[in-house]
Amino acid sequence: MGPGVSYECEVQDGSHINEDHFYPEIIHPDTLVQLPHGQQGELVFTTLTKEGMPLLRYRTKDLCTLYDGQCACGRTSVRMGRIIGRSDDMLIIRGINVFPSQVESVILEMPEFEPQYMLVVDRVNNLDTLQVQVEVRRDFFGDDIGRMLNMKKTLADKLKSVLSISADVKLMEPGSIERSQGKGKHVIDKRKLV
Amino acid sequence: MTIKQLSIFLENKTGRINEVTKILGQHGINMHAFSMAETTDFGILRLIVSEVDKAVEVLREANFAVMLTDVVWITCPNVAGSLSHILDHLAEQHIFIEYMYAFAEGDQANVIIRPNDIDHCIQVLKKCDCNIHNSL
Repeated sequence: MGPGVSYECEVQDGSHINEDHFYPEIIHPDTLVQLPHGQQGELVFTTLTKEGMPLLRYRTKDLCTLYDGQCACGRTSVRMGRIIGRSDDMLIIRGINVFPSQVESVILEMPEFEPQYMLVVDRVNNLDTLQVQVEVRRDFFGDDIGRMLNMKKTLADKLKSVLSISADVKLMEPGSIERSQGKGKHVIDKRKLV
Repeated sequence: MTIKQLSIFLENKTGRINEVTKILGQHGINMHAFSMAETTDFGILRLIVSEVDKAVEVLREANFAVMLTDVVWITCPNVAGSLSHILDHLAEQHIFIEYMYAFAEGDQANVIIRPNDIDHCIQVLKKCDCNIHNSL
């Protein structure tokens, strides 16, 4: 969207949206139905003054709430609350957009691993960390530690080239990553985003 | 002239070795020797047991990643310099040892060796002052 969409005032009770330039709406991320202000949903913007590249109901995929009414600072523009999550499964790790499907495609390419994986995201000393846990297939497990470590390094190198950030690969025993019904759960985000 | 060693892949997790020993104990399988090779997130438990086939079966049933590796088991006198003498011969013949572990029992010392060239290793060992075991 570019800068200048919204700003925080001294009261710090949500971010004031510049409604004369950007028209905000909240929609339900699945049904796409517009929701009334005060309800949580996906934030959608339409630009009112951009001429070169206008956007119509641009889906930010960010989940938040819009608030009406006068702010304690006296301004009356719509405010957006804190972004509490995403409507897709994208992760932002050290400022880089990461999709679990990118990790999956790398793992599926390598016969050494089961198609089971878990991304564990954490924040250590103000730096995001990404650990990729992956199960070694029984046929590829070996007595040779050097070969096992090579397998780990090959995966780490491939992930780095695809994701543009480095991930710590953890080799797991076959069957040790929790199986889920239907849509798999592939992310554990331990970061505290407040 | 080789024996079968079990190699088990283990995550570094409290109590994981315990689960292996418990299963073996429940099935009356005795452990003669073992060694643990570890990295930061996983380890490989190497085991010599009384009933190899049965051990593999019950551990695989419990979802452990187990494989068999051929190793050489020798006994030599439990005196200063006897292992050094054997290793001298192996080195002279350019036999590389991937790993080995040992335990002493009275006046005998047991050594398990995993060489790169197992047949060549056995040829050399036959000329040394040690016994090579075919089975447990």
